[in-house]
Amino acid sequence: MTPPEVTRIDVRKTYKLYIGGAFPRSESGRSYVVADAKGRFLANASQASRKDARDAVKAARAAFGGWSGRTAYNRGQVVYRIAEVLEGRRAQLEAEVRDATGLTPARARGKVDAAIDRLVWYAGWADKIAQVTGGANPVAGPYFNHSAPEPTGVVAVIAPDDPLLGLVSVLGPVLTTGNTVVLLASEPAPLPAVTLSEVMATADVPGGVVNVLTGSRAEVAPWLASHMDVNGLDLTGVDDPVLARTLEASAADNLKRVRRPRAEDFADAPGIDRMTGFLETKTVWHPMGI
Amino acid sequence: MTPTASSLADATSSDAALRRFLHGLPGVDQVGAEQRAAALATRSIKTTAKEFAIDLAIRMVDLTTLEGQDTPGKVRALSAKAMRPDPADPSCPAVAAVCVYPDLVAVAKETLAGSEVKVASVATAFPSGRSAMAVKLADVRSAVDAGADEVDMVIDRGAFLSGRYLEVFEEIVAVKAECGEGAHLKVIFETGELQTFDNIRRVSWLAMLAGADFIKTSTGKVVPAATMPGTLVMLEAVRDFREATGQMVGVKPAGGIRASKEAIRYLVMVNEVAGPDWLDPDWFRFGASSLLNDLLMQRTKTRTGRYSGPDYFTLD
Repeated sequence: MTPPEVTRIDVRKTYKLYIGGAFPRSESGRSYVVADAKGRFLANASQASRKDARDAVKAARAAFGGWSGRTAYNRGQVVYRIAEVLEGRRAQLEAEVRDATGLTPARARGKVDAAIDRLVWYAGWADKIAQVTGGANPVAGPYFNHSAPEPTGVVAVIAPDDPLLGLVSVLGPVLTTGNTVVLLASEPAPLPAVTLSEVMATADVPGGVVNVLTGSRAEVAPWLASHMDVNGLDLTGVDDPVLARTLEASAADNLKRVRRPRAEDFADAPGIDRMTGFLETKTVWHPMGI
Repeated sequence: MTPTASSLADATSSDAALRRFLHGLPGVDQVGAEQRAAALATRSIKTTAKEFAIDLAIRMVDLTTLEGQDTPGKVRALSAKAMRPDPADPSCPAVAAVCVYPDLVAVAKETLAGSEVKVASVATAFPSGRSAMAVKLADVRSAVDAGADEVDMVIDRGAFLSGRYLEVFEEIVAVKAECGEGAHLKVIFETGELQTFDNIRRVSWLAMLAGADFIKTSTGKVVPAATMPGTLVMLEAVRDFREATGQMVGVKPAGGIRASKEAIRYLVMVNEVAGPDWLDPDWFRFGASSLLNDLLMQRTKTRTGRYSGPDYFTLD
């Protein structure tokens, strides 16, 4: 006798925020509907509030000392580890990219591969950027004078809508150079960012080093831009020029480093300006010949 | 049953009478106290009420530094901060007092001269309270002679826990006498070492009967330090003591209160349990150091509309 047919009920996933190494829902209890490229319902994602942003900045600040204090080599290992773990999730990411963008499976796979390769590329830069941007300076005096790059601090990143390649292209450079990050995911396509946060939680990234918020840019970004404990602001994902301008103005209060939105193709070779944009240069004069 | 004035009259006549009185106090319902404290912590305090609460909390802070590494320079810096916590905003009120070890009282006193900020000093072999009576009294005298406005004494927890209540009582009376008219006496219980809420209630009454002007939860050197339910029991005791005798006694939770949110919860509890009369720096204090910066950051947030950061306030 054959057992009766039982229809399995899908286990639906709750898409949550990632703050301080934990996965809380939004403090406000809100969520919003995420649709796929054709406008069909995909999932409910948490809609972060200003208080979630505040908590994320606090977690990022607390994690900064530890992360920036690690050797560059070790940071590179951790970023490489993210790529390793992402590799094992390619099928899931491909499906998410397809849903969000409507690309064909082959092209979505290409995007995922490019995103993973991009992370590996940035991982390699971790212990090389100092040689490129720093070095010994010739000075007229009995001094050894040298410059070394140091991370800026807590950087708020407004991620672009390119759901995975764009995401890692803005996250990778800021993370590799030793900053800690509050990342506001793409508003229409946040699910790959949530998956990436789950990957980071299991890829040796210390809690608080990357914090991922999902929700409305117009609502959350101004709080990050005006936050006095945020040291850098990447506006790549802000398409609205008026909003970008306001954010830039409120970021001026504590002289945040701001990267303005500009037209860019994430498939192109990235160059190093995303890394140098959130580095400070420390120059030391050291007497010699004494 | 809450004690009445008549039952207090001969409560301290002998060790046996004191024991009878303290053990006759109604027991504390531990689950009830914890639940009541937790329920009061859920109140939402917003906008103008929050601004009021933050300013009040700043005025209630006993800005404390009790470290072996304290230097005159650090105490001077702390005193300057006490007078003007937020140099960028003259409307920010000063704190209630600066709390230091006896040998640094003179330094604090000199820096604070001419201001309303008081100088509190810990004494009686702080924080353990384990020393000969003569040494403890000399400790108090040195603090008072140096000009301390308030003396924070620790009780002998060993004596209290082994039931030698009269000994603890007489010690407080002696210290109170040493303080004289000039200095207020705060009595530290170290509730984290007293094991039960019943003990906290007993020691509260014991200290109040001995003439304490303030009762204080902890030294800040023992974990757990101040807790909401423990402070709740003490607030009930001061409320009942006023009912019985007409005298008001202050309460000071100290140690472990670091966030504005937590401080505001305490204020809600003060208002609900003891009453609005206690919502005053003369009757309620926070023993804290890092709390002040968080209060200042919150204050700046409500004034400027943007989140502030620790970079903009002094480290301690």
